Amino acid sequence: MLALFAVLFVAGCGKKPPIPPPPPPPTSNGGTTNNAPSGKPVVAEFTAEPSSIEAGQSAILRWSVSGASDISIDHGIGTVQGSGTSRVSPSITTTYTLTANGAAGSTTATATVRIVAPPPPPPPAPRNSGATAIGTVESRVSSLQDALFDYDSNNIRDDARAALTADADAIKRILIDFPSASVNVEGHCDERGSAEYNLGLGDRRASSARDFLVQLGVPGDRLKTISYGKERPVCTESTEGCWQRNRRAHFSAGQ
Amino acid sequence: MIRKTVLIAFVLLAALSAVVLFAQDITGWIKGGGGKPALAVPDFRGSGAAQPLMASFNSTLFTDLDKSGCFDMRAKSLYPLNNPQSPQDLRPEDNNQGYALQDWAGSPVTASHLVFGYAAAVNGALAIYGNVYDARVQSIPSAQLMAQHYAGGLDEAGAVRTAHEFSADIIQKFCGGTGSLLGSRIYFVSNRSGSDEIWAMDWDGNNQKPLTNLHSLSIMPAVSPDGTRVAFTSYGKSTPHIVMIDSQTGRNLPFYNQEASLNANVTFTPDGKQIYYASSAAGLEQIFAAGLNGQGFRRISHRSDIEAEPKIDPKNPNILLLVSSASGQEQIYSMNAEGGDFQRVTNGEGEASNPSWNPDGQHIAFSWTRGYAKGDWNVFVMDIASRQYIQLTHSEGRNENPTWAPDGRHISFASTRGGRSQIYTMLADGTQVTQLTRQGANRMPVWGTK
Repeated sequence: MLALFAVLFVAGCGKKPPIPPPPPPPTSNGGTTNNAPSGKPVVAEFTAEPSSIEAGQSAILRWSVSGASDISIDHGIGTVQGSGTSRVSPSITTTYTLTANGAAGSTTATATVRIVAPPPPPPPAPRNSGATAIGTVESRVSSLQDALFDYDSNNIRDDARAALTADADAIKRILIDFPSASVNVEGHCDERGSAEYNLGLGDRRASSARDFLVQLGVPGDRLKTISYGKERPVCTESTEGCWQRNRRAHFSAGQ
Repeated sequence: MIRKTVLIAFVLLAALSAVVLFAQDITGWIKGGGGKPALAVPDFRGSGAAQPLMASFNSTLFTDLDKSGCFDMRAKSLYPLNNPQSPQDLRPEDNNQGYALQDWAGSPVTASHLVFGYAAAVNGALAIYGNVYDARVQSIPSAQLMAQHYAGGLDEAGAVRTAHEFSADIIQKFCGGTGSLLGSRIYFVSNRSGSDEIWAMDWDGNNQKPLTNLHSLSIMPAVSPDGTRVAFTSYGKSTPHIVMIDSQTGRNLPFYNQEASLNANVTFTPDGKQIYYASSAAGLEQIFAAGLNGQGFRRISHRSDIEAEPKIDPKNPNILLLVSSASGQEQIYSMNAEGGDFQRVTNGEGEASNPSWNPDGQHIAFSWTRGYAKGDWNVFVMDIASRQYIQLTHSEGRNENPTWAPDGRHISFASTRGGRSQIYTMLADGTQVTQLTRQGANRMPVWGTK
């Protein structure tokens, strides 16, 4: 009892310690440039996995930096924490540069995601179902914008309204160009609510986004909602920036 | 200045004693009221071929009783040189020699109960004669609480098994529940093979093995009261739906999913004949009930909030807990099996989820962010009748999905305290924290009877 009490007392007075970052891996396959103890930030890891993808697919950037006051990655990713991941889906071969600034200078590292040609198309495809001059369903759907949500909410905000309005026109064209295609409306949540509750919340976000698209004339029978709760985050940092990216309705090509 | 210091000291002291008193109220049922039973367990001796097996028997018996968290085990070094082996050896007139109960109740042993007995080799089998007496009672006949007889193989395994059986009976007698954790298993989600699959392990973390190999997303396992079935939420056919499997072989059992974008969060009724689950079949995620094969489903609640995690009271199948957004952020509520009498159980602070019933039907473990930032979950235990609660983890990472052991005294939970989520067990007073998993990320434990 005394021990239990002591724990209670200490925890009640102290500030909660931050969650420790995972230990750095022993090697990196990125272009790490500085591991010497010079006082500059140390980039223990900056990798892209897989390092080669087809257009429309995605890769995970993973980094671990110590001794930096601020860290950023170009190509629109922006400021990031000391370690984390980010899912990227460039349409052309892209070299990402991580810049870590510290008191004694800055360190950069690069990681490249190569776009490789997709495997040859299947033999004589039926009309409009394979790769054609109008692209693939996957590549077209991957360019749709996410609709973002407030915490524990499925209300369509003004910015989501704008995104979904643009998406509605694009989806209508996709469904015309690919008469047998359907589009999944995925509902996602940030990491903070419980996994169980977030399945329900993600379902509501997907339904809200689908209902909005249907109001704009997208055929509802070709939109399928699917909730991923917090099971498939697009990034894993514990920051509001990452949480906001995860509170989203996202589109994927249906089967 | 002095007055101010005294005042501060007084306020601190008052706060301290409030916390201590409060904690005792909640954990009294674990501690056995004013204190745990104090056991003296002198070594059993064996006749003939039984004697070489007694070291295993005695250490297993002592360790089982100690690990249960149910007793104050009095050290063997304090015991008198002699001890009774059968009830006939109890002689009040031979006090101070170890043959009188008062020798055990008095100083230095100060035991409340004496566990004693002996073993014999009978027809090639091991026979154990075990007794438990209340050492504080004067009359020997009325001091007798247990007189047990166990038979096992005349080998090490037989000695260990009979010791487990005797300790389980003692634990059950004093502390209720199933007595022992032996044979119980924990089902959980692990990504160590590359995808989230359902895994099982022994209660102590041994024999970790996968039950599914679906290469999709398999989460939120539930286990039937008899331990034979596991139901979980799967993305195998794109939208989340329920899959029912045999808990030992992992083989699929027939299950009908009603048409819905989401069927999830299965729980079994105490009789094991029905399930409750959350479904979006009506457009909103609400609680439904169905047969074990998913047939005969019916909607239970008719509200406009998100509802998840139905959990039936093990002692009263007409009461269920659930998680609802009825008051804004997620909180734990109770309702009856027809969806009526809807009441909030947690007080509205923070976010509360993951209710798990103690087998006694009086206490729940759950996750709560009370006192911390959103997403910083800790494990709490609450007395359902009084709504008093105690906090068991203190924000070392996220601590979620507490699940009671069948013995009603241990809790398993998932925590990110070491980085990635891993599965731990602890006693229900927060002590004896033990890490069970180390490979990959492991979460969502649920403790089954087998």
